[in-house]
Amino acid sequence: MSSASLANTASSSAPEYYDDLIKKFVIAAAFWGLAGFLAGDYIAWQLAFPVLNLDLEWTSFGRLRPLHTSAVIFAFGGNILLGSSFYVVQRTCRASLFGGNGFGSFIFWGYQLFIVLAATGYLLGITQGKEYAEPEWYVDLWLTIVWVAYLIAFGGTIIRRKEPHIYVANWFYLAFILTIAVLHLGNNASVPAVLFGGEFTKSYIVWAGVQDAMTQWWYGHNAVGFFLTAGFLGMMYYFVPKQAERPVYSYRLSVVHFWGLTFLYIWAGPHHLHYTALPDWLQTLGMTFSIMLWMPSWGGMINGVMTLSGAWHKLRTDPVLRFMVASIGFYGMSTFEGPLMSIKAVNSLSHYTDWTIGHVHAGALGWNALVSFGVLYFLVPKLWKRERLYSLRLVNMHFWISTIGIVLYIASMWVSGIMQGLMWRTYDSLGFLQYSFIETVEAMHPYYIIRATGGLLFVLGAVLMIYNLWRTARGDVRDEAPMGLDNTQAAPAAE
Amino acid sequence: MQAMLERNVVLLAIATIITISIGALVQLVPLYTMETTIEKVDGMRPYSPLELAGRNIYVREGCYLCHSQMIRPFRDEVERYGHYSLAAESMYDHPFQWGSKRTGPDVARVGGKYSNAWHTAHLINPRAVVPESIMPGYPFLAERLLSASKIAAELKTLRVVGVPYTDDQINNAQADLVAQANPEMGDGDAVMARYPKAVLGDFDGNPSQLTEMDALVAYLQMMGTLVDTTSYQTSPDGR
Repeated sequence: MSSASLANTASSSAPEYYDDLIKKFVIAAAFWGLAGFLAGDYIAWQLAFPVLNLDLEWTSFGRLRPLHTSAVIFAFGGNILLGSSFYVVQRTCRASLFGGNGFGSFIFWGYQLFIVLAATGYLLGITQGKEYAEPEWYVDLWLTIVWVAYLIAFGGTIIRRKEPHIYVANWFYLAFILTIAVLHLGNNASVPAVLFGGEFTKSYIVWAGVQDAMTQWWYGHNAVGFFLTAGFLGMMYYFVPKQAERPVYSYRLSVVHFWGLTFLYIWAGPHHLHYTALPDWLQTLGMTFSIMLWMPSWGGMINGVMTLSGAWHKLRTDPVLRFMVASIGFYGMSTFEGPLMSIKAVNSLSHYTDWTIGHVHAGALGWNALVSFGVLYFLVPKLWKRERLYSLRLVNMHFWISTIGIVLYIASMWVSGIMQGLMWRTYDSLGFLQYSFIETVEAMHPYYIIRATGGLLFVLGAVLMIYNLWRTARGDVRDEAPMGLDNTQAAPAAE
Repeated sequence: MQAMLERNVVLLAIATIITISIGALVQLVPLYTMETTIEKVDGMRPYSPLELAGRNIYVREGCYLCHSQMIRPFRDEVERYGHYSLAAESMYDHPFQWGSKRTGPDVARVGGKYSNAWHTAHLINPRAVVPESIMPGYPFLAERLLSASKIAAELKTLRVVGVPYTDDQINNAQADLVAQANPEMGDGDAVMARYPKAVLGDFDGNPSQLTEMDALVAYLQMMGTLVDTTSYQTSPDGR
């Protein structure tokens, strides 16, 4: 693996890297990130104060919620994945991007068009009605074209590499690109009504009922597994070693991590359908593999965290590295919580409650967003050729504000979700259900406020980041005391 | 093996596809081939044109994001919502709308539990009938006329994906849609013959207009009412 090690990226014979393209992805990620976080926090406040739905069709929870999930997953997450993968694949292959700037620009603008088509559709009520797969058939077809172009650009760059080995980050990026393509095609198979004289914007999924449910959660869980996990692990395997200036902890562990994760993840979908009309054998199978999935997940976490061996002292002075390491911590936490919730007995309580929403956000805010913030802070000075970030103190402030926001979010959803599940199944001494449904809704109110407040902190953190990145790109440097000097005069160098 | 794969991107891609395909094939293919997946029950039929139009509004407004349509076989759920949901009850659902979250209650068997007037008042302003509710209001549904001219095309498309609509049902789709919401304007008996157990009547309290509210309430009023679950429980072959 030494030949593919990171030291080679600074080779004197480096080819031309198309970094202007990556700048566009970085700007788009920051923009869509803020938009997606704002939409999420707005709908969080709607649950506490329903008047915010405004009685208008375009602003009701049911239409804004897909806008939020798509904006954060596909717009924010997608842009950071595409942009970072192009950055990483060029450097670890010592090759310029296949197809060059023109092809890259097509992928960039094509992907943004997909986002705009999907988002405007949601507001107008154009939806397939399947979670995380809401875009209608014509948007799906367009995304397919863009995605094939992305695969060609990424794979083509690997083929023209000057390194004998393909670096581990690229295995994960490749698995993400391929699997998302398969899932997208399988789950969105539909017949447009316009073929028979119906509305242009309406189609019917070819799968029905229980089969559609299974196909949907095969897709839905592996959108988590390959979009939000495999792709982001690709980021982890490049940017954490770079920022820590240490090699990946274990090559063997990364091999086991990669094949274990890709094989096991795909089986986990049925845990979204416990105790439903899905056949029992499938539920049990899904639960079994979900529990096994804990192992490769933690293998990957250990590989990421232990990459800091010998560099732990940097956490004191480098808040960017702190973002990355905290994100791996949240990854470990949510990949423990996930298998726990997939156990049928636990799921009978947690399913349909806000515990699930809390779990998703532990992963999405804690893992996906924090590692993305770390990568953005890494990339902007490099891409705009600045010596350093505008302000590390602001990065540190962002870190704490967003972490406190996440804790408020997930803690309130744990408490309220478990409360909700217990209230639904509580009987009084005479053997009647103790609570009407609306009483359980009322009980959620204070927790919805805490959750929305946590979300607001998270949005504020993102605003700080965007300000900091903008000043960095302009070439400004804030006059401030270096990180870690104020209270560590007595601390010896950790070397 | 690994040394070979990480030197050849095509082999790596093929190996990855094979790795992800095993679980997918094992879980998905048998669902289409095993007869026990969907129970044999009496009473299931495709949606009537008005119900289908209502269901499409349910999908359009994202109701599935807060309401499930899947009652689990637990004592508390069966007492709260009714008999647990059967796979057969969503066999004509493209897409399925089981949902994953209960911000509001399950609606799989809401049909017949409340009056048409209650549903209309509740959808226009939920807090008018349930003060603590956090559901959005949908006053525009009562004002917007239902666009019905293309309903036959919707039925035809559904037939392509496997819903057994007959030529008779497709040819009469638009007339049935109007007649179900206003039986005096059309042949209500014909609707009942083509769609047994359909609920006829003016749903939104405004017989002069056919609105989106009519369609959505018609859909809500039939939910979970088609299958006779008592006959299912006593069937000898069980699940």
